[in-house]
Amino acid sequence: MRSPEQQEIINAVLTAHKELILNSEELYDITSIELSKENLIPFVEDLKTNHGFGFLTDLTVVHYPDNSGRELCGSYLIHNWMKNVRLRLKVYISIEDNHLPSLTPLFRTSNWLEREAFDNFGIIYDNHPDLRRILNMDEMDYHPLLKQYALEDETRKDKDDTFFGR
Amino acid sequence: MSDVKKKENHHLVSEDTIDGEIATLNLGPTHPATHGVFQNVLKIDGEKILSAEPTIGYIHRAFEKLAERRPFNQITTITDRLNYCSSPINNIGWQLTVEKLAGIEVPKKVDYMRVIIMELARVADHLVCNSVIGVDTGALTGFTYMFQERERIYDLFEEVCGARLTTNIGRIGGFERDFSPKFYKKLDEFLEGFPARFAEFDSLLTRNRIFMDRVIGAGPITPEDAIDYGFTGPNLRAAGVDYDVRVMNPYCSYEDFEFDVPIGKDGDTYDRYMVRMEEIRESLRIIHQAIDKMPEGLHHADVPDFFLPEKEDVYTSMEALIYHFKIVMGETKIPEGEVYFAVEGGNGELGYHLISDGGRTPYRLHFRRPCFIYYQAYPEMIKGSLISDAILTLSSLNVIAGELDA
Repeated sequence: MRSPEQQEIINAVLTAHKELILNSEELYDITSIELSKENLIPFVEDLKTNHGFGFLTDLTVVHYPDNSGRELCGSYLIHNWMKNVRLRLKVYISIEDNHLPSLTPLFRTSNWLEREAFDNFGIIYDNHPDLRRILNMDEMDYHPLLKQYALEDETRKDKDDTFFGR
Repeated sequence: MSDVKKKENHHLVSEDTIDGEIATLNLGPTHPATHGVFQNVLKIDGEKILSAEPTIGYIHRAFEKLAERRPFNQITTITDRLNYCSSPINNIGWQLTVEKLAGIEVPKKVDYMRVIIMELARVADHLVCNSVIGVDTGALTGFTYMFQERERIYDLFEEVCGARLTTNIGRIGGFERDFSPKFYKKLDEFLEGFPARFAEFDSLLTRNRIFMDRVIGAGPITPEDAIDYGFTGPNLRAAGVDYDVRVMNPYCSYEDFEFDVPIGKDGDTYDRYMVRMEEIRESLRIIHQAIDKMPEGLHHADVPDFFLPEKEDVYTSMEALIYHFKIVMGETKIPEGEVYFAVEGGNGELGYHLISDGGRTPYRLHFRRPCFIYYQAYPEMIKGSLISDAILTLSSLNVIAGELDA
């Protein structure tokens, strides 16, 4: 599935930054690398300048409420268009200290993506030029994609979902 | 005021601006020229735009939250409402994501059927975009002609799935039924008649002096900026970067077909228009090849866990009834895992980042929506241009409100 050339790039990234990488795994066809948040910016900067990963495809956050101390996972997908290699970077942070460095100096794409992540998960992106809510209204006082907020109003009594467990 | 004048990129702002004459204009959220719910607060000097502040989220429907409560097959209906100009691409993209997660191999025939549907959707999407560029330059005729063609494509969708706009086409594992002879007949009629009518539209606009004067140079973007802003799809290709998901990461047997990736040079409205025009022709080429090479076989994969059994079997066989119940109630087994899958949507790389914990619903689903990502470049693209060019830029970027706000 992956050509030797592509594997070479991934190996180069993995060996060049052995000391920064906390963990790495294969998620189907994408290699996922776990980093600490202090190392994120230098790592991405190096990927961009030295390894050809010049395109930030996607940025999102996942909430794992049971993962104590590592509740929020900032997830980045970057792409090397020359050799067609994707890499996923993950940074786990605790929900009490929900700060992540902003990638906007490196990729302007991340501006709105980080605003969306802030809107939905309340992560504060340090050094972000304009961290405001983007999809939800400004008056909202919670971050709706966190798992503690149920989709439907739990106080409702008129819906009986006993049988199908919804 | 003086600091505005000094700024770079403002070469179009005249030096003789009178102090205190800067006005604020609310473009949208509901305005007939914006083709959707977009709000931009413009600072204008006469008709020249000094800055724009977009506000989005007017039709935010929390799809990512909704998806965490829906079984996998029910999420297809959510994806319809992302880019509603080319719903089938979204539907099939989602089905491919689930198939990748569950490791489902579909027969070659399903791939080819999907390619036909997706390319028809791309034609419909680009037709809307390009004819709307015509409308915004004052040429309404092409729009009315091309909407007839879109109707014909919608008739084809209707023949396959019964719906027109929000199609919910296909199933995880294939299609609910094979294409009917009537579908092929209609498709042949469309492919026969469309090129001539499309050429007529082409002759109305493409080399039209008034149109060219109006769109050339409107809302340009450099390839470096486009990549930095995360552009994908026709808008990126118009800037001269030949990134196409269909070529780089082929899915659905796209590697079997011969087609070119048209690119532009300046990334302005005319280039975006031309790239879409050429892509329509390439899509037709792909459809022809898919029809000619259509393999024999079944229209779905053999996955009883995901694909609804025949109705007749449900009434007569116990096993089919159980599978039917399990699928409808969303109790099918799905592996744990994390996948990212991208298709070339009407506007660019439409990605699905799916995390499954093995439960009946996704643990987390994130849509990589091309519109949302490239719309953030809009204020910069229209800085220093006229309001009428800003409208043109918006329609040539083909920003679809449903995809923007999810």
